[in-house]
Amino acid sequence: MKFIQAVAVVLSIGWLAACSSTGDKKTGDAAVVEDRGSEAGIDAAAVDATASAVGGYSDLTIESLTDPSSPMSQRVIYFEFDSSEVAEQDREFVAAHAAILAANPDLKVSIEGHGDERGSREYNIGLGEKRAQSVRRMMEFQGVLMSQMTTVSYGEEKSAVEGHDESAWSMNRRVELVYVAY
Amino acid sequence: MKTIWITLLGVCLYLPGWLQAALTIEITQGVEGAVPIAVVPFDTANNRQPPPQDVAGIIAADLARSGRFAPVPEQNLIARPVETSQVRFQDWRTLGVENLVIGKVETVADNEYSVQFRLFDVLRGRQITGYSMPAKSEQLRYVAHRISDIIYEELTGEPGAFATHIAYVISESKNGKKEYQLQLADSDGYNPKTLLTSRQPLMSPSWSPDGRQLAYVSFEKKGRAAIFVQAIHTGKRQEIVSFEGINGAPSWSPDGRSMAVTLSRDGNPEIYSLRLSDKKLKRLTSGAAIDTEPVWSPDGSSIVFTSDRGGSPQLYRMPAQGGRAQRITFEGNYNASADFSVDGKSLALVHGQGGRYQIAVLDLDSGLLRVLSDGRLDESPSFAPNGSMIIYATETGHRGVLAAVSSDGHFHQQFSLRGGNVREPVWSPFVGRK
Repeated sequence: MKFIQAVAVVLSIGWLAACSSTGDKKTGDAAVVEDRGSEAGIDAAAVDATASAVGGYSDLTIESLTDPSSPMSQRVIYFEFDSSEVAEQDREFVAAHAAILAANPDLKVSIEGHGDERGSREYNIGLGEKRAQSVRRMMEFQGVLMSQMTTVSYGEEKSAVEGHDESAWSMNRRVELVYVAY
Repeated sequence: MKTIWITLLGVCLYLPGWLQAALTIEITQGVEGAVPIAVVPFDTANNRQPPPQDVAGIIAADLARSGRFAPVPEQNLIARPVETSQVRFQDWRTLGVENLVIGKVETVADNEYSVQFRLFDVLRGRQITGYSMPAKSEQLRYVAHRISDIIYEELTGEPGAFATHIAYVISESKNGKKEYQLQLADSDGYNPKTLLTSRQPLMSPSWSPDGRQLAYVSFEKKGRAAIFVQAIHTGKRQEIVSFEGINGAPSWSPDGRSMAVTLSRDGNPEIYSLRLSDKKLKRLTSGAAIDTEPVWSPDGSSIVFTSDRGGSPQLYRMPAQGGRAQRITFEGNYNASADFSVDGKSLALVHGQGGRYQIAVLDLDSGLLRVLSDGRLDESPSFAPNGSMIIYATETGHRGVLAAVSSDGHFHQQFSLRGGNVREPVWSPFVGRK
């Protein structure tokens, strides 16, 4: 419980940092989250440990995908501005989904890339596709068959959050894993 | 689909005021030095029923919209001549008016009119041109725009682009569900018509060079994008490509035979040239970067596109058959979404700097970049076919709207529209004339 509160603090600090960010690529919001985490007496490893302690990626059964209490029910990861790199803290999340897919070769997933509203729409389609491909590549390395995965990019066309500031933008730069028939 | 069309047409017929008011234009910034012109309301006395359009009003609005002319407000008109013999040039000179337009609309048969107009040079006291044009009542707006084109060309030496169209995408939430429409309107925003409605995103409309077809991207097949081509008059449409991943950014070659598109079928977002006769694909770019948004130079020899191969999105130019690409934008950390001017000498583009995205024009010879808009999230610039204006998408009050700016940046206007988010405007080519 204490851990969860700590995580909440880190996340909210991260949120504020994200809000105050100018959106410049070089700002590196993820780095800010970790720095503040250290200041709060928690390092990144502790955050990851918390994720596991919450129940996380140990119960890697196909059923966990439909269990709302399982962290596997989470299907979204977020990206930095103009970046398609999967953040360090999301790699375990991707690996957990890859493990389920690898263990269930009949299971199929659509990897959907999205971007925020800034800049040109077709470039954002390109960026969304690169994000989806980053996730697909990680999953492929972890034994998921290419035939289990498709990618699609919606660019800025399907916002998760309506809004015109960094708080909305940071929620829209994302990849969603959509399991077919799950 | 057919029934929907009929219903929509029905609405157009019975509620013209309501529908036609959907897009109206607000001139947001004027320009000094606009030439004063008097457009006298056309005489309509010789009609059993008055014509359904104010032809002179449409002409005056067109001329004002161009930023090159300042029509005299109707209440300030000192006289209302109909025939040449009634024109007293001295009066108009006193008013400081350089040119005068008079005319009349007469019924010649059931639902058929004859529109006559004359354009005068007030200082020299002589007629510059005059025409008589037939029109059915539903063609009156078009004929008014053609008259504006003639006046504009006589007085500026450049062709007018009033009798042209714009296509754009509009999205709206209806009962909590998103609905996307591809629409077509006259260049002044009137007569909007829906070409396609979808629950899934529609984007990137692109005109065929003959102005008869639109290519666009549709996500109507769940989880997959496809490029379609749709004939405007028949509504008939055809899927062109739908590979896994990206099927985007269609752009017609000037000869209409090929289309440049962005696909990620070989792994990475790359630009391909697609021959429309047999759908043969030729890949034009390679590498790990995002290459997208191809546009052909008007002579068909080269393609300009957006690439982040140098770290941030910038514009590059390569031969149309592929090959070495040269970077052409250097100012700012974001330059994308190019559109060629008709003479091929400049590009309109989205220019990002300091977290703002604005419309700019790049002069290709000098490399000079000039920012024309002052929004925060401006995008999708598209040149008028005569190069005089650039239409683009902006936001106001968190809503997507269309705006236009003269290519010299002096004259700004905004299209206001009730409801919905409007974006991705593309100005049609000239149709059926040189």
